Amino acid sequence: MKEKTAYGFKIIILSVCCLAVFFLSFFLGRYDLDFLTVVRILADRLVRLVSFGKLGLMQTWTSAQQAVVVNIRLPRILAAVLIGAALSVAGASYQGMFRNPMVSPDLLGASTGAGFGAALAILLGFSYTGITLSSFVFGLSAVLLAYLVSKASRIQTTLAMVLAGVMVSSLFSAGTGFVKLVADTDSQLPAITYWLMGSLSSVKAKDLTFAVIPILLGLVPIIMLRWRINLLTVSEAEARSMGIETGKLRLVVIICATLMTSAAISISGMIGWVGLAVPHFCRLIFGQDYRRLVPSSAIMGALFLLLTDNVARTVASSEIPLGILTAFIGAPVFMYLIITGGSSRDD
Amino acid sequence: MIETAGLCFSYGSNPVLKDVNFRAEEGVLVSVLGPNGVGKTTFFRCLLGFLKPSSGRVIINGKDVSEYSKRQLSMQIAYIPQSYNPVFNHTVLDCVLMGLTSSLGLFEQPGRAEEEKALAALEDLGIADLARRGSMKISGGERQLMLIARALVQDARILIMDEPTANLDYGNAYRVMKKISALRDGGYTIIFSSHNPDQALRWSDRVFALKDGGVIADGPADSILSETVLRNLYGIEVAVNTVNAGGSEYRVCTPFGG
Repeated sequence: MKEKTAYGFKIIILSVCCLAVFFLSFFLGRYDLDFLTVVRILADRLVRLVSFGKLGLMQTWTSAQQAVVVNIRLPRILAAVLIGAALSVAGASYQGMFRNPMVSPDLLGASTGAGFGAALAILLGFSYTGITLSSFVFGLSAVLLAYLVSKASRIQTTLAMVLAGVMVSSLFSAGTGFVKLVADTDSQLPAITYWLMGSLSSVKAKDLTFAVIPILLGLVPIIMLRWRINLLTVSEAEARSMGIETGKLRLVVIICATLMTSAAISISGMIGWVGLAVPHFCRLIFGQDYRRLVPSSAIMGALFLLLTDNVARTVASSEIPLGILTAFIGAPVFMYLIITGGSSRDD
Repeated sequence: MIETAGLCFSYGSNPVLKDVNFRAEEGVLVSVLGPNGVGKTTFFRCLLGFLKPSSGRVIINGKDVSEYSKRQLSMQIAYIPQSYNPVFNHTVLDCVLMGLTSSLGLFEQPGRAEEEKALAALEDLGIADLARRGSMKISGGERQLMLIARALVQDARILIMDEPTANLDYGNAYRVMKKISALRDGGYTIIFSSHNPDQALRWSDRVFALKDGGVIADGPADSILSETVLRNLYGIEVAVNTVNAGGSEYRVCTPFGG
């Protein structure tokens, strides 16, 4: 069908752009690398991975070059891809589930919870891994708390969830405020502030291995269930009359989106806007159907965060926090969408 | 066939439906009349299995509603809401495809066969040319027909319509009722609520009138909708007259007096 080939064509172009930026990102930064060296190092890594370390390329590069590519740039680039995809897919799912295009994946308190967890861990002098873990656990707990409150409430489900999310978010941000107040102003406070603004500069390979599991645990079910998310955008009575268990589906979406969001934020710090804005870029190009929206959001989110992170590490002599950049880029684009009425476009 | 036996329902201690006995055979068009807040929507929600009766039973094709799984029930009875207020501009085709979800596996997506079925339903209702349009950008009448198409693909033979013409202009209301009537001729059992007794007289085979939670009239539209019943139902004087239009006779209501 004509429309289907058009979709296929667009998604291929998007993927090619994403791959191109992925490779381009290896050459950005203060340490200059030439094309062949990067390709060789990556090919060597790949061969070693596939052959379980038994085979490899002959080393024609320096160990410093290898360290930059494998230990610094590769984890950071992969993190941008993973986090961008996770936040965007979680955002798209939440927008459908709450029947509200202005919702971001931290509506139920995932990011404020994670922020508090990180701040607390920094205050208590935890190691880097400890901060990541604490932030992940508090992100999950915040959403769990919001969910339990909404379950106990007698108000209509989605409204109760939104209200509970707002309540839990403000509770945890007050907690973060308190931690900042008592934190040591010379070392801890800057660390907390920097964490809260979001950055990928300190992402290590072990962070990735930690985050990749919860992110995939969230991403895969949503990709598989994506057609059904459409059903959450109609009223409860309609979905029910069509034979769909919206309650269970909603719970699965919350669990998946929360796993992804908390895991992503726990290694990147707070990055706003991606989960809110990227699904709308995709709606503009790919339409409203979640069959297309979920995969395209994943790729578009990866591309968006790769580009933003490249800007973050190259534009100024010191790193610009990602949270600031995503807002600087996301807000104007989003304003443009609101003015042109992007999401209600007619095909 | 759908029937209720001694159906009662109350919200807390507030009884809404009291001993309602209802029966609709295959291929009939039943209109449900009653003043605002009389429990028409509650009645429909009980028929659809959304609400559990306080006492009494709802029986669809010989089996109690509570004995069907949600999925099985969706293949027996379909619901067409009063209006559709989409937040996202899904295409008309995608909206109709949603009606086929319960026939798909959990991780399955609608494919070519489903798309053809959805297009056929749109064709039946005369709006196949709207398939790729956004559901936000079509008229209220077209959207109502889209919702009917979505119900048709469920393969349910009983259709429940909550005030199908409430938000439509005069012309669109007529066109939608004509399509509904054609579906009845095709063997569907259709139960719709309305605030317009003219509509009941013009289109329905049977009238089912509710007041204060009880049934005050149940029977063929022409004979049962008398001036007395209408006065009782709405608390105003109504004259029922016969008029000629296009060679046929129709009964119409005119409210009067103070």
